[in-house]
This record gives sequence, structure tokens and C-alpha cells, in this order.
Amino acid sequence: MNEEARFDLALMSARPRAMAALLRYFRDLDTAEEAFQEACLRALQSWPRNGPPRDPTAWLIMVGRNAGLDSKRKHHNETELDDSNAPIDENLSLAERLDDSDYRDDILRLLFVCGHPTLPATQQIALALRIVSGLTVEQIARVFLVSPAAMEQRITRAKRAIAEAGVEFETPGAADRAQRLNAVSSMIYLMFTEGYGSTPDTAEARGPLADEAIRLARLLVGLFPSDPETLGLLALLLLQHARAPARFDRDGQIVLLEEQNRDAWNRAMIDEGCVMLEKAARHREPGPYQLQAAIAAIHSRAATAADTDWAQIDRLYQALERMTPSPVVTLNRAVAVSKLRGAEEALALIAPLEAKLSGYFYFHGVRGALLKQLGRADAARESLNRAIALASTVAEADHIRRELDSLVAQ
Amino acid sequence: MQYVFLCYHNEKEVFAWSKEHETQVIEKLLAVQEKLAQQGRLGPVARLMPTSTATTLHKNREPAVVTDGPFAETREQLLGFYVIECKDQEEAIETARELGVANPGGAYEFRPILMLQR
Repeated sequence: MNEEARFDLALMSARPRAMAALLRYFRDLDTAEEAFQEACLRALQSWPRNGPPRDPTAWLIMVGRNAGLDSKRKHHNETELDDSNAPIDENLSLAERLDDSDYRDDILRLLFVCGHPTLPATQQIALALRIVSGLTVEQIARVFLVSPAAMEQRITRAKRAIAEAGVEFETPGAADRAQRLNAVSSMIYLMFTEGYGSTPDTAEARGPLADEAIRLARLLVGLFPSDPETLGLLALLLLQHARAPARFDRDGQIVLLEEQNRDAWNRAMIDEGCVMLEKAARHREPGPYQLQAAIAAIHSRAATAADTDWAQIDRLYQALERMTPSPVVTLNRAVAVSKLRGAEEALALIAPLEAKLSGYFYFHGVRGALLKQLGRADAARESLNRAIALASTVAEADHIRRELDSLVAQ
Repeated sequence: MQYVFLCYHNEKEVFAWSKEHETQVIEKLLAVQEKLAQQGRLGPVARLMPTSTATTLHKNREPAVVTDGPFAETREQLLGFYVIECKDQEEAIETARELGVANPGGAYEFRPILMLQR
């Protein structure tokens, strides 16, 4: 890797902490961002000449602060301070005094600003990718298959909404911190799932989403290493992403979990996910992410689909139902029930969900599959046709079409 | 004498490496390892999972306390280690340099092993 690439990497990995500190200092996202950009530009000018600083983050914060202040002074028509030659070192001790216990809340605030509940999901993700991950507008636009101009607009809109909503710059109390952590975790999980449910082509475009979500989850774990749900979130993402290589076959068709080639699963990711889950469990504070991760872990530990401990999966879904009841959880549980006690009981379980899930692709897909198992071809066909109408990707539609074809063959 | 080579690197950077870059670094390291193995000098090689998977038992207090995370929060983290036979300090330094060329950034701390038991 050449020197410039190494510097780029140092800038990218310093971004969350530096941006967070600058946001706290300037209390304005745009100012913080411009200050950080300016600091990066100066880094790329000065580091090749003078060598990289011992602490790139502190350097960027200090130079960013000066750059932002300069810019403010210019706007107020005051004498421009020329500190471009001022030694950076004497300012470094100030940067080091930036309270380390605060930076955790700073980064949480930065993530929370991006994952602000007032923003629609797509804006949250776009903003986080731009502000925290440092992806360019072009890169983000490619991920969402929109034009860079459209993405630029989306991000500007998001920033405006945040400026209007206002950001809390006081140090959060425990309850606020927990609430922010919750919102940030949701945003990260949303980013992750956006990277799925797509064809291999869009999967390639969206690959960065899953990777960035995992990177942000790791960042969060670094800030809150003992928070069980944060550990659970990282575990869940790793365990799910480990299966990514097996999700599509050579022809771009969806491969269901029970048919996936388990040799293609990323074992290192599974091992790491399991360790994170065990670490979370040690705290004896179960939560939705931990439960979902535990379910994913059971699949990952089964050498073959037939070895899957469906009874344990059923129990975990029941716990999840109690914790965060939702028709989708019950639908997922029904799959486990069908493996344990047959399709009839599973159908009975999902029957009451019809009203709530009538617009949900998976509901009709699962029901169709269960009816097919019971040999009720006409009813199965009806469900599967409704599923096709709701498919959001070519791969999903193809999968249902294959199910329909196999019905005809019966 | 057997030395342990402790590999310290900025974990956030390492995890931000592209797959291509990661593959390149690993290939270069493997080349150095191959050479050491052929010389009969290479012992165990370990690459550790991220520090998010670390747990620490603090036994400097009573009762001992288990915490999540590595022992120390540092700018560079322990990411792996080698055990390599070196005839003297000079050879150890040279070996560290060779590994460092394959994998620049961070640091290698190398220290003689007093006792190694399998």
C-alpha cells in the first residue's frame, strides 16, 4: 500500500471520533463537516512533507477546530488568522485534554444525529454513510441505485431536518444514553438489512451496506463493550452476514437457508459472532438482538439442515414474542413449529396474522409452502400467486415461480 | 533462542483494509513465513480475533473481576503473534524488519522466551 493510501486509511478510521468532537465543538453538522474536510485536505498536504502525526485523530480535531474558527471569522469579516505555519504540537496537549469519557457520548451523539427518529430510514442510512463512514456521495448513490444529484438532495434534506429538530449537546443521562443507543442500533440494523433482499447484481452494489453496518456495530461495541444488546447486535450481523456467500446460486437464484451450501459460510465470522453472543449472555440481560443472534447461532452450529435444533429455535422465538410481539416474529416461529409439529399446526398459528400481514411477501410465501407440504395444491397456488404479486426483487419472484412450477408437477 | 513477536497495529485501520489489500499483505507475510519455515525457525503463528472479542480477568483485586474488552485501551492493539527462532538480537531485528516490510504500520515487539512448554 502506498503512502497516500495509508494516509487515506488513517483519515477514514479517525473520522468517527474527529467528526464527533468537531460536532460537539461547533454544534452544527455542516460546520463540523467542512472543518473535517479542510483538516483532511491539510493532512494530505502536510503529512507527506512532515510525516504523519503520532495521533492522527487529535491532529485532525485540532486542525479542524482552527479551520472552522477561521471560516467563522472570515464570515464575520475579521482579520484572517494565518496559522498555516503554526506548529501543531503546542495545540496537541489541548486535544489530549479532550475528556476521554466524553468521546463515547460524542460518537454516540454523532451516530444518533444520523439515526435521528425524525428522519425516514433511507435518509438515516445515507447520512450515516456520509458523515460517519465517510463514503462519497457518488458511492452512496451507487449503493441506492440513484443519481448522485438525487443522493445529494437526500442528504441535504436530512441535514436540514436535523437542524430543525435540534440536537442535544448536553451530556446524556443514563436513560437518554440508553434511548440513543437503541435508536442507533436500529439504524445500523436497518442499514444491514438494506444490503439484503436483493439479487446478486444489487447485492454487489449493496455489499458496502452490510460491511459498513458491521463496521459501525464494531464501533458501537468499542464504545459500549459491556452492553449486552450492543454485543448482541454485532453478533447478529456477523452470524447473518456469514451466510452471504451461500445465498445465491450460480444462476442468481435465491437459495433457502435449508438448502444452502454450509461449506460456503464464513466460519471465522460465525466463530466471532458466537463469542460475542456468549459475552453478551454473561450479563444475563436478554434482549431482542441477543435472541435473534441466538437463533442465527443455532442455524450456524448445525452441520446440516437436518441437524438444526428447531425446538430451541421455537423456544427462542417464543421468548422474542414475549419481548417484542409482532406478527413477523410469529410467522418466523411458525416455520420452526412446522418442523417440529407439522404444517397443519404452523398454518393454524399464522391464520390470525392474515389481516396484518396481507401485504407481506413472506406471509404468502410461507403459507404457500405449508399448504404445498399438506398437498393442498389449489390453496397453495392461491397463496403463491399473492406472493409473486408482492415480490420486490426478481430473485424473490423467480423463487415463487419455481414453487408454483413444482406444484404443477405434483 | 526462541522469540515471541507480538504484532501491534491500529485495529480500526486493519479492519478498514479492502479485501485486495488484505490478501496482498497476507501473501507477503506468508512468503516470509515460508522462508522461516524452510530455515526451521518458524514456531506457532497466531492471528487473533478483534479486541471486541476480548475479555479480561483482573486478578489484582479480591474477588477477581471479569470485564469485557482488552486489558488496556491502546492506540494500537495486539492482533497476533509469532514464535520464531533467532540466533541473536540482530537476527531478531532483521526478522522483525522483514515482517514489517510485508506488513507496514504499527509495531512488532519481540522478546526472548524464557520457557516455552507445549
